[in-house]
Amino acid sequence: MNLEFQVKIDKLLVNMRGELDHHSAEEVRNRIDDRLDRDGLNKLIMDFSGVSFMDSSGIGVVIGRYKKLDLKNGSMCIVGANDLVKRVFELSGLFKIVKLYNSVEEAIENI
Amino acid sequence: MYDNSMKVEFVSKSQNESFARVAVAAFVSQLDPTIEELTDVKTAVSEAVTNSIIHGYENREGIVKIEAFIKDRELTLTVEDEGIGIEDIDLARQPLYTSRPDLERSGMGFTVMETFMDSLKVESKRNKGTRVIMKKVFNSLS
Repeated sequence: MNLEFQVKIDKLLVNMRGELDHHSAEEVRNRIDDRLDRDGLNKLIMDFSGVSFMDSSGIGVVIGRYKKLDLKNGSMCIVGANDLVKRVFELSGLFKIVKLYNSVEEAIENI
Repeated sequence: MYDNSMKVEFVSKSQNESFARVAVAAFVSQLDPTIEELTDVKTAVSEAVTNSIIHGYENREGIVKIEAFIKDRELTLTVEDEGIGIEDIDLARQPLYTSRPDLERSGMGFTVMETFMDSLKVESKRNKGTRVIMKKVFNSLS
């Protein structure tokens, strides 16, 4: 899985490319946590527009980041989830706690 | 009895999760599935194989076996391991239940399989292994 990071003032934007499964999940969570710690940020935007496959491991990755950021009084949201990704998230009721935005701009304005 | 079938076996390494998805997807492609149907099957395979790797074998090395059968427009898929087995299948199938909260798992594996396939059966024996049997009818017309 390919991750690209951009810092938008006080928010970390991560653009993910590839397949998110149990195998790639560990690297994804480690690299995101590491980057948040290193830059001292507590706001995260996860961009799923480049994710071509995702199983329930993706739910674990998002909920895990949500819990960590919540402890630091931070927040997070998701953008660019296609229908296939959305279906997996919807099964878990994830969108009740983590908001989904249509665009990165909208996400930056709202978190 | 069946129109077509296949069997693959691989070592329980997480790198093989994507191999398993692609192998099954390639086999299923003869039914001319829609992209959504194909994604459903790939996601279900991914969940079952991941379960075998993390829970069945607890990340130790073992063999995961997948068999797929096609009869008319119905796919029967079995994913099998010779791992530790599931003590309480009903509990394991409950949404959000995970035996390994330390791993940041969502506990949605069986729920995903149930939702994306037409039927799901789980057979398990303590210290013998687990077999997951899933079926799906493909409605798309060739």
